Amino acid sequence: MFYEKDISGCGLSGFIDKSKKRVSGEEIIKSIALQHDRGNGLGGGFAAYGIYPEFKDYYAFHIMYDNMNALATTEELLHKDLLVKHYEKIPVRRTLKIPTHPILRRYFVKAKPSEEEYELLDIESLDEDDFIVRLVMRINSEVKGAFVFSSGKNMGAFKGVGFPEDVADFFKLDEYHGYIWTAHNRFPTNTPGWWGGAHPFTLLDWSIVHNGEVSSYGINKRYLEMFGYKCTLFTDTEVVTYILDLLIRKHKLSKELACKVLSSAFWKDIDNMDDIDQKVNTALRMVYGSALLNGPFAILFAYKNGLIGLNDRVKLRPLIVGYKGDRVYMSSEESAIRIIEPDLDTVFAPKAGEPVIVEFEAEA
Amino acid sequence: MTTIDAKGVYYKQLNEQIKEAVANGAKRIKLTNVMGQYYIADGITGDASIEIEGVPGQDLAAFMNGPTIVVKNNAQDTIGNTMDSGKIVIHGLAGDVLGYGMRGGKMHILSDVGYRVGIHMKSYKEKVPVIIVGGNAGDFFGEYMAGGVLILLGINPVREEMPICGDYLGTGMHGGVMYIRGKVDIDRCGAEVGLDKLDAMDKKLLKRYLEDYCKDFDLDINEILKEEFTKVYPKSKRPYGTLYCY
Repeated sequence: MFYEKDISGCGLSGFIDKSKKRVSGEEIIKSIALQHDRGNGLGGGFAAYGIYPEFKDYYAFHIMYDNMNALATTEELLHKDLLVKHYEKIPVRRTLKIPTHPILRRYFVKAKPSEEEYELLDIESLDEDDFIVRLVMRINSEVKGAFVFSSGKNMGAFKGVGFPEDVADFFKLDEYHGYIWTAHNRFPTNTPGWWGGAHPFTLLDWSIVHNGEVSSYGINKRYLEMFGYKCTLFTDTEVVTYILDLLIRKHKLSKELACKVLSSAFWKDIDNMDDIDQKVNTALRMVYGSALLNGPFAILFAYKNGLIGLNDRVKLRPLIVGYKGDRVYMSSEESAIRIIEPDLDTVFAPKAGEPVIVEFEAEA
Repeated sequence: MTTIDAKGVYYKQLNEQIKEAVANGAKRIKLTNVMGQYYIADGITGDASIEIEGVPGQDLAAFMNGPTIVVKNNAQDTIGNTMDSGKIVIHGLAGDVLGYGMRGGKMHILSDVGYRVGIHMKSYKEKVPVIIVGGNAGDFFGEYMAGGVLILLGINPVREEMPICGDYLGTGMHGGVMYIRGKVDIDRCGAEVGLDKLDAMDKKLLKRYLEDYCKDFDLDINEILKEEFTKVYPKSKRPYGTLYCY
């Protein structure tokens, strides 16, 4: 699965339809394909939300396997711990642009803890999500040649080695319909280009696409390990997904505060804040210092209720936001938005560390 | 007028077509349906004027020497890298790292710009690069600035609530001058800059530059000059001259 590493840059794009109107993958493919030259063919990927309405109450596991052994071992684990409602090959289209690929399967599952496990979950007051996270970590760290690359409900990640438009063609993304789409065009710098290392990085329904590099990877990784997260994908971006899962799902931080942990205020600015803000920001930096992301980044972070765009604190990567009706678009380049929506109501570039959070209206 | 339809044309072929038109003596060139193509008008010498409809891509007008470019829409990042002479007019907003190492010519932007605009601009004798921004600017405006003129107006921002300029203004500045409409907070400036009122010479220069800017966008210069400007200047030409010499 490994390829040689190469030098410099990345592109990203995403949009959300606030009315939950689902659209085919064709638009996002067009948008990321326009940014073709931001990548080098060593990674392309997509996250799509709202694509599995027929199984919306089941976790959709997308798993890549190096060989049939890995598949057999993993499926044994799955059948032991999960109720598998449905499973199948992930449909692919043969294309010359994607000459080789791992074995790809998807499973729609619910947790089926054994009595002993159920007891343990109860003692630690853990829920079904925690059970799923543990299983994903277990497969990714213990089963050689098996990687769960998607595990959320009614969403899916599709990724591989190649340019994103070719990866999309391979996975037939034009045939899926979703209300949030994100995409990534990879130009790996510090880590290998391989199928599992392409973006997005996902856990449950959190998905991240990232342009930049996480210089604090070592600190972040060790911090996450204390909470049972295992970084197994040889790529810095993985930590961002787990940090957000920890902060938002486990520690119940608001999205705004979680963003302030990733892109925290400088001490000199905290000194000039009013009392409450000063206390909040100081507390975040003291408690979550090891979750701060150092290094340049622009990320798009999607989840079941919304889409967030965020830059690093000194804005070392581009990010543009465009609004049109119910749609909000976020991209590395404005032209990648204009190619699918030429007539935008508003366009702006968010400031360094300023999150742009777009959520669906609360459902009645 | 030579019109080139850029719809679906890869940047390489598009730039070949532009260069060919210029080589054949075209003085007025119009590019339609531009959609993010990189490197437009890079390294072109002469007095052609190029009108762009659509959003041009990264590295517009790098190393350009002479031509005038008018962008009817927004533009993206890294415009006018090491530009030598000529003019760029943008009827919208533009991105990060504009005028990197720019050494001559003018860049007029109607609305906002991103981060690190005018980074390491320089000037030599009669070559004085000028960037005028009608909206707001991000952090590190005029970082490591070595020469030339940066003018920031804050009159046409996309988001009214944002400050006219960001943090770390003029960090590492050691040449050139900035004129910023309204007050500047010294705590948001780099350690290398000083703030002052404009003297008679500054006012004369500012007026001259703004007259040209107002002509491009059909704006009223008197409206703009109603508010006092702040001059941002480098306190030293060699702020780190002794850094490694003690």
